[in-house]
Amino acid sequence: MLLAENLFIERQGKLVLDDVSLSLSAGEVVGVLGANGAGKSTLLAMLAGELAPQRGRVSVDGTPLDRLDNAHLARQRAVLPQSPSLSFNLGVCEVVAMGAYPFPELSTFDVEQLMIRALALADVSHLAGRRYPQLSGGEAQRVQFARVLVQVLAARQSRGGRFLLLDEPTASLDPKHQQALLACARQLARDERIGVLVILHDVNLAAAWCDRLALLAQGKLVGCGDPASVLTPATLAAVYGVEAEVIPHPRDSNRPLVLFN
Amino acid sequence: MSSVTSPLSSPLPAASKTSRWRTPAGVLGLLSALLIALMLLSASSGALHIPLTELPGLLFSASGPDETLWRSVLIDVRLPRVLFAALAGAALALSGAAMQALFRNPLAEPGLIGISAGGALGAVGAIVLGGGSFLVLAPSAFVGSLVATVAAYHLGRRYPGMAGLLLAGVAINAICGALVGLFTYLADDNQLRSLTFWNMGSLAGASWPLLAGLAPWTLVVGALIARDWRAMNALLLGEREALHLGFPLKAVRRRLILLTALLVGPLVAATGAIGFVGLVVPHLVRLALGADHRWLLPTSVVAGAIALTLADWLARIAVIPAELPIGIVTSLVGGPFFLWLLAQRRH
Repeated sequence: MLLAENLFIERQGKLVLDDVSLSLSAGEVVGVLGANGAGKSTLLAMLAGELAPQRGRVSVDGTPLDRLDNAHLARQRAVLPQSPSLSFNLGVCEVVAMGAYPFPELSTFDVEQLMIRALALADVSHLAGRRYPQLSGGEAQRVQFARVLVQVLAARQSRGGRFLLLDEPTASLDPKHQQALLACARQLARDERIGVLVILHDVNLAAAWCDRLALLAQGKLVGCGDPASVLTPATLAAVYGVEAEVIPHPRDSNRPLVLFN
Repeated sequence: MSSVTSPLSSPLPAASKTSRWRTPAGVLGLLSALLIALMLLSASSGALHIPLTELPGLLFSASGPDETLWRSVLIDVRLPRVLFAALAGAALALSGAAMQALFRNPLAEPGLIGISAGGALGAVGAIVLGGGSFLVLAPSAFVGSLVATVAAYHLGRRYPGMAGLLLAGVAINAICGALVGLFTYLADDNQLRSLTFWNMGSLAGASWPLLAGLAPWTLVVGALIARDWRAMNALLLGEREALHLGFPLKAVRRRLILLTALLVGPLVAATGAIGFVGLVVPHLVRLALGADHRWLLPTSVVAGAIALTLADWLARIAVIPAELPIGIVTSLVGGPFFLWLLAQRRH
């Protein structure tokens, strides 16, 4: 289990995260929602072990992250940051295969098998022969997704839990691929017992695919739980500062449907 | 995405669209053959022409009087010179490739962090203050480049990313440049002459004792740099991505900067300023093969060796019996070639 306890961080006099606690267990998909600047990416960076909290702690299976070195951490969790900035002339396969870098013990054959599976899961098999700089924004994002899939799938051998942290992975995807990416993430959570944390802006997309939602407003956690109980007009007003109506989804009455006024 | 689309019959079409010579291994093989041919050609030409057909035999023995002369020219003068050119070109190109990965910028080169300017300051200081014999000049230039690089690293590391290093490098380059100017102002006519020649680069210092020291050093440091090819690839993705893939970014950065200074410093000390190879060669290789450092690094090494062997050959045959400073040739040939290449890319 990836566990954040009472995280607190202040930057230039502004509270970025204030007493935030969150857990991520194997097999579940947790969505993080919040307005711009609410602290979502900071929270993700802390869970990734990239940024240390000023107070509080993050641990993986009971071990504090600051006691694990980077190479070890990379064998347990994969991170997809926002807006990839790769501009060099690399092939799609070369980019995707980098997901296996933390696992030098894997043979070329193993890496290729992982890569073929990840390319198919991210629906980019047809791009395998292309050069990365020639891809469209959405294609590039899916290729980067395939890269972190290789990493998290390769982590099977590690003893502890495996985690996938995604920062707005659907930002430049069309509706079909938004659904497909989250479906893939949930399938992996179920089949491979991976814990998935995903930052999203589309509330209904989050409600459809996440087991739990964490709502951040100005660095504070204003709600955490299953979508139906967390998404209320009151929490949505606190998070986004807009009026919203929440009705049962016409196709699936257990799931809330949010309508912004 | 959960459903598998068409099964992948050939998952790795890397460069299969073009002929098999365009595969990285094919290019590397071709370039290696070209390098050997060029080295033989270069060894045979000069004020005294040694027939190409005689070269292999001359390496081992000489029979007649002609052969004896050829052999002594070949062994004592040409071979160290040709080998030194190849070695220097290889090291310059490798260091350029490493810097470009580190800065995530295809226009980076070792000079950016003060290696060349520090070396120049050390050399010019030695010429003006210490008389300028090679035994004073070379160590002084090496120490100069190392001090400048280490200073740039330490002053710049407070800033996040590479911005601090770049800024500190700019400032250190400016300071070194100004001090070189000051020494130039103070220099007498003789000193001015050697100082000018140092700044244009030269391989004339090539000798077996020099090679015996530099070659193993360059091979070891070069191999240590090349070992980090995975980290360099990960850096292309981005600094956060490299961190997420498990690379200790600060350690990798410190190691590559130090190794680059250790690789290029002694060379700059022995050859003076040879521009353009470190910048252009990795760039060309990247255009041809892509940016995967697994192939980019070894191919840059061979292509760099070719570039400087070719430049040295031109420098020696252009104005026989005199020779041009090699730094002039690399820039004079490399510059227009690079511009031509840029013009081609437009279409």
